[in-house]
Amino acid sequence: MTTTAPPAGTPVGDEHTTRSPLSRLQHLLHAQATIGPAVVLLIAIVVFALLSDRFLQPNNISLILQQVAVVGTLAVGQTIIILTAGIDLSCGAVMVLTSIVMAKVAAETGLPGVPALLLGFLIGTVCGLLNGLLVTRLRLPPFIVTLGTLNVFFALNLWYSESATIRGGDMPKLLLWTGETFTVGNTRITYGSIIMVLLVAGMAFVLKNTSWGRHVYATGDDPEASRLSGIRTARVLLSVYATAGVIYALAAWILIGRIASASPQAGQTENLDSITAVVIGGTSLFGGRGAIVGSLIGALIVGVFRNGLALAGVDVLWQTFAVGVLIIAAVSIDQWIRKVKP
Amino acid sequence: MTTPILQARGLVKRYGRVTALAGADLDLMPGEILAVIGDNGAGKSSLIKALCGAVIPDEGEILLDGRPVSFATPVDARVAGIETVHQSLAVAPSLDIAANLFLGRERRRPGVLGSVFRMLDRTGMRAEAKKQLDALGIMTIQNPGQAVETLSGGQRQAVAVARAAAFGSRVVIMDEPTAALGVRESRAVLDLILQVRDRGLPVILISHNMPHVFEVADRVHIQRLGRRKAVVDPKTISMSDAVAIMTGAKEAPE
Repeated sequence: MTTTAPPAGTPVGDEHTTRSPLSRLQHLLHAQATIGPAVVLLIAIVVFALLSDRFLQPNNISLILQQVAVVGTLAVGQTIIILTAGIDLSCGAVMVLTSIVMAKVAAETGLPGVPALLLGFLIGTVCGLLNGLLVTRLRLPPFIVTLGTLNVFFALNLWYSESATIRGGDMPKLLLWTGETFTVGNTRITYGSIIMVLLVAGMAFVLKNTSWGRHVYATGDDPEASRLSGIRTARVLLSVYATAGVIYALAAWILIGRIASASPQAGQTENLDSITAVVIGGTSLFGGRGAIVGSLIGALIVGVFRNGLALAGVDVLWQTFAVGVLIIAAVSIDQWIRKVKP
Repeated sequence: MTTPILQARGLVKRYGRVTALAGADLDLMPGEILAVIGDNGAGKSSLIKALCGAVIPDEGEILLDGRPVSFATPVDARVAGIETVHQSLAVAPSLDIAANLFLGRERRRPGVLGSVFRMLDRTGMRAEAKKQLDALGIMTIQNPGQAVETLSGGQRQAVAVARAAAFGSRVVIMDEPTAALGVRESRAVLDLILQVRDRGLPVILISHNMPHVFEVADRVHIQRLGRRKAVVDPKTISMSDAVAIMTGAKEAPE
């Protein structure tokens, strides 16, 4: 699906003239893992635009952005965890628990918007820290830790919410602000999607330009080498899980705006959807390789596929089928890229 | 007599009932290449790990420039100016050469960009990496922005050596630097070791490869049963005699 030829004249490190086109492509993708997903996204947009006139309508683009905002935000937290060779199955549960706590406390006690939001960020951070402590102190595999906390957080969410949805009308306006829109040209854009884009840009900057970002990559790449190089890997891991928790709280805020309420049953598949976005976006599940922008593109690919296939009148089950094929293709390409020869 | 730059006195390290070091000594003189040889289980690794802060000895002391030092972590040893090239190389394969050279001690941009936005000085670090590689004559590596995993084994070793040479101010320790390399690549790494010495940095070289040891070492420390059995001059002793001392077939010369 990404076997398009690389653009001519692209600098790829020590390009040798003797390489075959396939090997050149492998080296190009190795240097820039985001190119593959970006090409897939562009092709998908072109194809769906040809299949349906409505696809590129402003309203439809606005809809895709709204649908992607929650998963795209979660995927930022998921990406930094996967970069350390971890995984977070609990992200959706953290998000829902956080949204329920801030909405219910505000609705019942009349707590104003700003402290309610801060409370949400506190909950998200504590959940992330708990995951991080279990991973670094008890040295349990992240898969097991977050499989456990997924159930714990979801149960707490059901207990505290008493399985009841909190209506948007009972909450402070600020909690619903992420669902409000402004108009650019004739496209309505939610503040939630803007938050997501800013978050992606900010995290991409931090990963690329700070020591912390580099240490995140190094820790996922080779923990022992990182430790010998003087990186305190346990501290890096703990900070990554805590930061992810903060980001999940942000996703909770966007979720409340998106569904104009706080529902204990929301976000049940968001953990796997965020992993899907990260993997399709070219980040390696083995750690140390990938980029945040790729995860946003991955989330957009899923959103565009679901939306485009729906507009083309394809049954919803084939949308799911297509996403499955994308995941397997993305991971196969990653495996191939990793086998790059000197 | 000049003081040794790095000394170990009576180091003891036990792992349960196994005694890895039984009162080991070591002396590294300024500007020399000291090879450490020994059979498996002679305590070479434990000795080196104690010197680079990777293990804490149960007894004994380490002196740097005649002053006692104690290293709780490898970082302490690095701060004191002792750089180690581990057998595993300790490089992050997906990061580029410059990032690996500065791993764990990245430089920030001057001014607000560095202090407030914590921005790395990427161009500065790349230029410095290029300078270090050039200084060691590593011409085969042209682009410090290349990922380490795209390099050959010898080139990776060269990156690890360049890192040690760039930051080691007192001592460079190399653990089996030629073990995984072919003939030509070994040759290049041995030349690198000589260059590091010629820049004035003393080197401790741990190796199983006798021809390599005898080619570059100024003195050879023979480790046996957790102790220093002898220190010999490779110019006056034969390789087979050194091996005989190492295995206990022959007594050490006085």
